[in-house]
Amino acid sequence: MVGAALAEAITHPAAGAALDIEQVSHAFDIDGAELPVLSDVSISVEPGEFVALLGPSGCGKSTLLRLVAGLDKPKAGRLREDEERIRSPHPSRVVVFQDPTLFPWRSVWDNVALGLEAQGILKRQRQRVDDALDLVGLSSFRKAYPHQLSGGMAQRVALARALVNDPKILILDEPLGKLDSLTRITMQAEIVALWQRKGFTTLLVTHDAEEALVLANRVIVFSERPARVKADIRVDRPYPRHRGDPYLADLRRQILGLLGLDATW
Amino acid sequence: MSTYSLSDGLASGAPRTSRALLLATWLRESGVGVLASVAWIAFGLSCLWWEDVGDWSRTHSLGIAAFIIAAVALFGTVGADYLGSAGQALHKRAPWLVALGTLLTVWEVATAKFAWLPLPFFPPPQAIIEVYTDDLPKLLDSVFASVKLQLGGYLIGATVGFLTGVSIGWSRAIGYWVHPVLRFIGPLPATAWLPIAFFTFPSSWSASTFLIALATGFPVTVLTWSGVASVSNAYYDVARTLGAKPSFLVLKVAIPAALPHVFVGLFMGLGSSFAVLVVAEMIGVKAGLGWYLQWAQGWAAYANMYAALIVMSLLCSGAITLLFSIRDRLLVWQKGTVKW
Repeated sequence: MVGAALAEAITHPAAGAALDIEQVSHAFDIDGAELPVLSDVSISVEPGEFVALLGPSGCGKSTLLRLVAGLDKPKAGRLREDEERIRSPHPSRVVVFQDPTLFPWRSVWDNVALGLEAQGILKRQRQRVDDALDLVGLSSFRKAYPHQLSGGMAQRVALARALVNDPKILILDEPLGKLDSLTRITMQAEIVALWQRKGFTTLLVTHDAEEALVLANRVIVFSERPARVKADIRVDRPYPRHRGDPYLADLRRQILGLLGLDATW
Repeated sequence: MSTYSLSDGLASGAPRTSRALLLATWLRESGVGVLASVAWIAFGLSCLWWEDVGDWSRTHSLGIAAFIIAAVALFGTVGADYLGSAGQALHKRAPWLVALGTLLTVWEVATAKFAWLPLPFFPPPQAIIEVYTDDLPKLLDSVFASVKLQLGGYLIGATVGFLTGVSIGWSRAIGYWVHPVLRFIGPLPATAWLPIAFFTFPSSWSASTFLIALATGFPVTVLTWSGVASVSNAYYDVARTLGAKPSFLVLKVAIPAALPHVFVGLFMGLGSSFAVLVVAEMIGVKAGLGWYLQWAQGWAAYANMYAALIVMSLLCSGAITLLFSIRDRLLVWQKGTVKW
């Protein structure tokens, strides 16, 4: 897999894009009634930053990711990628969803090739698909179909399908949420390694404070719906991080306190 | 001690017991094959032993053919070890050979020999064989006419149905106009159009093609539509974030995802189009197996009817087998599909 060798690889500077979320509000129309989900959210992300978005379940984090991806348009406010307004999806901003959502009728290789094929550049750049599969350690499964893969393998393919496009912003919507805890820990390390190697800006939605602290160099805590930014916490610790690190444990207590869970922890 | 007595036993008693054991194993392995051979010998004998009650010219040849099949079954069973996959195939089908041989014997005795079943409504096997040998040109012409008509109508219906289904599933505007028409016309059995179709269309051939296409098109449209409509939005989201344009979403996401549904529609369309084909041929078209059936009935040629029915059943079954093998090829990614 993506071992320690990659983790030690040199970090590429400035391969990621800056992301500006400016006073964004959003609401859903449910049976004519308006249900506010995001309320005046402003976040400014530096190129190459790893930002974790943490909040109670159903608070609107995933909605924010859909706005960043360009899949939906905000009711108010603006989103910009490197100063350019986000109006529609673009392969420079790729999403990895909680479900791998691999296309069951395509082999692993063809799934990873999806982005290049959609952009019409697959014929000239087939090598990139092989490289992406190498990157997640699934080269020997190129001919397998999704139903033959385990949950962790399927999520790795989804990661390769995103990375093959060389995104400037990688959007991770609880990608490890459904994996068993061992696979989860392995894949957390792999994601950090890939991020350090490629240097893309990363947005990670999670409801696991520990995961946020092990992976991100900035943790943004949201309130209950409609989501507002409740706290913006820097995590200045070198990688690879240790779960037992007292500094992280302290931050974790703080974050759980913000989420209203201080009594139980 | 025990080792000694065991080897003693092996030395003296072994040849006899092992020979009996060998025979028992052989009988268990090959008994059905031998029985198949016996059944076909019985059929051959039943052909040749008694005189026919009617005038049929193929009784003798049929008896000989039955003996040949019996011989093949016997040698195939005895020499199964040397025949490889052919021997295995025979072994697997041996119970069916027994059943067929028995059935044919009973049929032969009950019709040609003692006329327990009333003639001419129940012709003996040799009468049907006689149709295949003596009326072959006419039968073949009918087969070609039917296949041509069916294939043309089915392909048109399937193509139009598929395109309509994708359009309704994809575009709300098209759905607005086509959906009510589909609901109004679709459930009507295509055969109900027969009288109108035969005098509005320039030829009975084009009228039948239209009706077969109609019978095929409805289920294909509805199932393609429901297939396209049920594609998960998550697939579209993934494709869109990867830079897919609308044409890519239709051709590479919606259609492949809907394909399992489409094949259910194609299968249903095939079934209902067979019915329309036969009715159209019986009523208006002057060729084809349906027409042959009608013609045979007019002459009280019951053997010809059975012969045509057997051919028809083989053709329909063959068409479905073909459709399923195309499906299995296109949908290898699916697991647990029905085997035909």
